[in-house]
Parts: sequence; structure tokens; C-alpha cells
Amino acid sequence: MEYKLTYKDYNEALKQNRLLGLKCQSCGAITVLPKMVCRQCTGPDLEIIELKGTGKIRTFTTVYVASEGREDEIPYTIVMVELDEGPWIMGNLDGIDPAQASMELVGKKVKMGNKVFPGDKYSAGEGARPLFSIVN
Amino acid sequence: MQKVAVVGVGETKFSGPQDRTEVELFAEAAMEAINESNLKPKDIKALFVGNALGDFAEGQGMVQAFAAENIGCLYVPANKYEGACASASMAVRDAFIWVASGFYDIVLAGGVERAATMGTGLATRTFAMFSDSRYEYPSGITFPAVFAMLSHLYADTYGIPLEKLREQMARVSIQSYKHGSINPKAHFYGKYGDMGVDKVLGSFVVATPLTLHDCCPFSDGAAAVVLASEDVAKKLTDKPVYITGIGQSSSGPLSNQSDYLPRIRAREISSKQAYDMAGVTPRDIDICELHDCFSIASLIAAESLGFFDYGTAGEAWEKGEADIGGKIAINPSGGLKSKGHPIGATGAGQVYEITRQFRGEVEPERQVEGAKTGLTDTLGGDGGTLVNMVLQRGW
Repeated sequence: MEYKLTYKDYNEALKQNRLLGLKCQSCGAITVLPKMVCRQCTGPDLEIIELKGTGKIRTFTTVYVASEGREDEIPYTIVMVELDEGPWIMGNLDGIDPAQASMELVGKKVKMGNKVFPGDKYSAGEGARPLFSIVN
Repeated sequence: MQKVAVVGVGETKFSGPQDRTEVELFAEAAMEAINESNLKPKDIKALFVGNALGDFAEGQGMVQAFAAENIGCLYVPANKYEGACASASMAVRDAFIWVASGFYDIVLAGGVERAATMGTGLATRTFAMFSDSRYEYPSGITFPAVFAMLSHLYADTYGIPLEKLREQMARVSIQSYKHGSINPKAHFYGKYGDMGVDKVLGSFVVATPLTLHDCCPFSDGAAAVVLASEDVAKKLTDKPVYITGIGQSSSGPLSNQSDYLPRIRAREISSKQAYDMAGVTPRDIDICELHDCFSIASLIAAESLGFFDYGTAGEAWEKGEADIGGKIAINPSGGLKSKGHPIGATGAGQVYEITRQFRGEVEPERQVEGAKTGLTDTLGGDGGTLVNMVLQRGW
């Protein structure tokens, strides 16, 4: 069976600041992070859609102890964002001082760009992630 | 289906980096368990070993085969289980299923890890491999970062001011340190028994709001248990510990668990399976060894396991309700926080602790008097693998 939205296609779109998801033709639910089947009803009849890339911060952390190879990135802030279409997604937060990240971030509206992790010897190449910034 | 008993247990001291190999560590724990069972290595029909990162820690894959040969379990089937921090619990659960089915009558299960030997940088990198590598690792996710985000989400979800929640979380670490400090097998034996809230809150920040003392250590160590069918068990010991309920569940990437977070839905499913199979409820549990990889993880686990209402576990720890003599004795071993976390061995270490608690063999200051029913809880990755087991005293 065809894998509708591959990692490669998702990643290439994300690098153009386009967030792709899957809409279930059976139950209507939207799945973000590509999968073979609908995240809600497990139905296989999916259509690729483009999401707006906007949402609100649900939680965050500022990281001070990095994985080997990523020491130069600390401190950095990770966020989980509830997209306007419903699903959550993980990314980084740009445009703030990571040391000042606080509970006041929760609920803040954000829009998505991207930043590419160039990869390390374990990662089978690069990978983009959403890079969010706060919308005033 | 046959009843299945734990007839012998063994465990190394959990520790920081040390010189012994994974095979040597596992051999020590395994032979202790075999000897305690009044068995010989040749009596073991199969060997199930949890090991998550042996390839990274010492360049050793397929450690279970070398371990089997090393301890004289010659030519037996030897299987490895990898479910991150839940690896050993998977091994014990599968051993249970094989013995319960009647296919084997005696199986050795356990696990080994040298997480401390890897050092913080490599350990942080390799532990992050248990998050989604394609879609979440590019953001720089680490294990502490997962539970750090769950901490902020927990505070927001239940309307608890972050400073108050952090104090409650500190109480979790303090309780674990207290018990671990008198457990000779614990990574922090003899240490941190007098930990205070200010010291927890003031230690260096790993990932906001988690400080060093909110986080379990990377540990080296091994644990092993011998499981036998009821008929065999009765011939070997007058103190069999029966595994009466098991559960296991899985999940995808952290962001795809959003319908339930900060609850871990896989744990609710896994523990319900174990409770239902054993015919018990959370109120029947006298002692629980749960997966406190981070202080917040204890609160989340204790609620999903049904011991406290959602959003109230922090108060329970403050009141001593989660301690020995309280409503439920949680982690009298010191838990992952103080006993330590050699990830491939941790679940078998939980079975070791509960078995010895039932037998009345632990240090008096951390003995749960009269404990008859216990629960283990291990979480692999950021909720990717959950395993629970109900154990009951057979005498």
C-alpha cells in the first residue's frame, strides 16, 4: 500500500515553511506527523493537506544539558504547539531570550518557520523542525 | 494457563561508571538469582535479557548470547528485549507468558546496562534515540526536556502555580533520597539522606524547571529473576512470589499523545490490564515501585496508576501519603532517583525489590510491614513502552 506522505516529502515542504498533514477521508480528523493511517480512527484513506502553521504554545522548556554534538546550541527553548487545526507539534521557539522563558509563554500565539538540524553520525542525514516565533 | 512464581532474585549494586563489563554485571545478578532458587544454570530453559544501549556503551551487541554462555546456560535460547527504560520489564513479562503457557517451566529474565559508563553527552544523545528521531529529535529533545515540558503542562493543566509544583516535586526527590540512602544496592547509598527543598530547587538547571536533583542518574548495573511454574516453584521455595497480573502498551511520538498529556495513556491501559488480570484495584496495592525517572514523573505515574486523583499527587507526597506508612508505599528502594537507573535492568530491579520486601529482607527503616500485593511500573522512552506487573505474596 502506498505511503501517502513520506518523511522526505514532509521534510522538503517544511524547509519551505510549508507544514503538511493528512486529512482522513473517513472521519475527517487531521493527522500531523506523517503516518500510514489516521491517528484517530486508523482508517487508511488519507489526503495530503497543508496546514496554516499557526497555533498556541501549550508547554515549553529551556534546555541546558545537550546531547553529544549539540553542545553549541544550548541554551535553547523547545515548545509544544497546539496548531489551529488541532494537532500538537514540537519545535523550537525563536526571538526570545531562552533564559527568560517562563509560564507566561503558555497560551501565546505563534507562527511557524523552520530550522534545519544538519544531522550527526547517527541521524541518517538532516532534518528540519518547526521554528516558531510569537505573534504579537 | 499455569500460575507463575518468582523463585529467586539477584541484583548488583547500581552505580556510576565502573570497570565491570555488561556480561560480568549480568552474571553476578543472574547467579545470585539462580543460587537463591536452588537451581543450577543447566536448569534454565531460556534467558530473556533487557539491554538498551550495550552497543553504544561498550560496543557489544547481542549481549544475551554471551551472557548465557558465560553463566553456563549453554545453548539455551537467549533473547534480548529493547524498550528503552522498560526493557527488563518486557523481558520479565515475556518470561511470564512463556512459563504461563507451559512451554518452559523455568526461565531466567533480567537486564543489564552501563548507562553511566557512556558519560553524560553520549548518554543524553542515545537516550534521545527513544524519542522520535525524524520528527522530534531535530528540535533538540532530550529526556529531561520531555519531562520538563510535562512539568509545565502539568502546572498549567491542573492550575498549580509552578513554584508550588516545584516544591512538591522536590518532596518526591527527598523521599526517594531518604530510602535510597539506606539501601546498600542504591547508586546513592549513603548520600543525600538529608536533602532539603532549597537544595533541590537550587541545584543546577538541566531543563527548566528540572534541576539536577529532579533527575535520576545514569547508572551501571544488572538485575535478574528466575520465574518458574507453580508446580516447580513449590519444590524450590516456601516463599514463592506470584506474578498475578501483567500489562503492556505502546505509544507514538510525544506530540501525538496530546489527547491525554500530561497523562500517559499507555500507562493507564497497561496498568488496567495488570489490575484486571490479577483481580485487584489500586487500593489493594501495598507497595509500588514506579518509574520516577524525574520527580514530575512520579506524580504523573501515581495518578495514572490510580493511587491519587489527577493533579493531587504532589499534595499526597507532601502529606506522606506516598511514603511507607502512608496510603501507598511508593519506591521504598529509593526508586530510579536514588537507587539508580541502569535502563536495561531497571524493571527487573523493581521485581527484586518487591520480592525482598515481601520476604521481609530489606533494611528495617525502609521495610513495608505486612506487604502482600505489589505493583511494578516502568516507562520506556517518552511513553513509547509501558509495562506493569502485579506481584503477590504466595505464603
